Amino acid sequence: MTAIVNIFLKQGVLDPQGKAIHHALDAMNFEGVEDVRMGKQIILKLTSTNENDARAEVEKMAEDILANTVIEDYTIEFI
Amino acid sequence: MKHITILQFPGTNCDLDTKYAFEKLNCTTTIVWHKETKLPENTDLIVVPGGFSYGDYLRSGAIAQFSPIMKAVIAYANSGGKVLGICNGFQILTEIGLLPGALKRNIGLHFISKFQTLKVINNTNDFLQKCNKDEVLNIPIAHADGNYYIDEEAFKELEANEQILLRYSDEHGEPIVINGSVTSIAGVCNKTKNIFGLMPHPERALETILGSEDGIKMLEGLIA
Repeated sequence: MTAIVNIFLKQGVLDPQGKAIHHALDAMNFEGVEDVRMGKQIILKLTSTNENDARAEVEKMAEDILANTVIEDYTIEFI
Repeated sequence: MKHITILQFPGTNCDLDTKYAFEKLNCTTTIVWHKETKLPENTDLIVVPGGFSYGDYLRSGAIAQFSPIMKAVIAYANSGGKVLGICNGFQILTEIGLLPGALKRNIGLHFISKFQTLKVINNTNDFLQKCNKDEVLNIPIAHADGNYYIDEEAFKELEANEQILLRYSDEHGEPIVINGSVTSIAGVCNKTKNIFGLMPHPERALETILGSEDGIKMLEGLIA
């Protein structure tokens, strides 16, 4: 089973990298971009076959180290 | 004579400057490798120095918090021992939750390396006791992730408890935007005022001939 953890700065926390990308897109005349948020994606290959167990485990990983929940939110999906 | 314990992670690069600084102030020092599990028994102060622990992978300071020595550091801090985190050390102390808030990428995305004037906001603590309130100090900064973030509620608490140590300012003490930090904060301490963190490098400001000696009175406060 593979878990995908997406990590982004929380809404309301200014994202300097997202902002810089937005400026670059504007400068390249890509119109219609309202906002850009930059995050990171961590892909975990797991031995578990039970999604519920795996979700609990990955949530703990996200809380303990993968994300800094003072400034970041995360989502977990399985494929 | 005070004994200073200086932590060393893979990627730490200010350990020797820190050792030099405290030895200049007549302290003895031990550099402790992160794989150790015990601190020297005569430790009077732990310094988590600057650098790029674990290459800043994941987030600055994120991986270092799980080094074996950190358990002993947390126990030392929680029993009232003094801990100072400089630059990457500040990032590590926020990641571990010993200090409030977090440090994000600088607002302009650049690594900033220069002398910077700072205003002393609160001196009711060991670290800045030798400095005057509102005094302007000249200390080098060198960081890419120094953009201090804290939510509004926690900020109010920080302000009320006099936990804000320093703000980036112009030479008259007026706060200025350097890296996007909330209200230009450059350093904070915990509620019980035994854990200190700042992005500027006092250990690099010890000689007038090299630009400033304002770092001396900061470090002296911790060993008074």
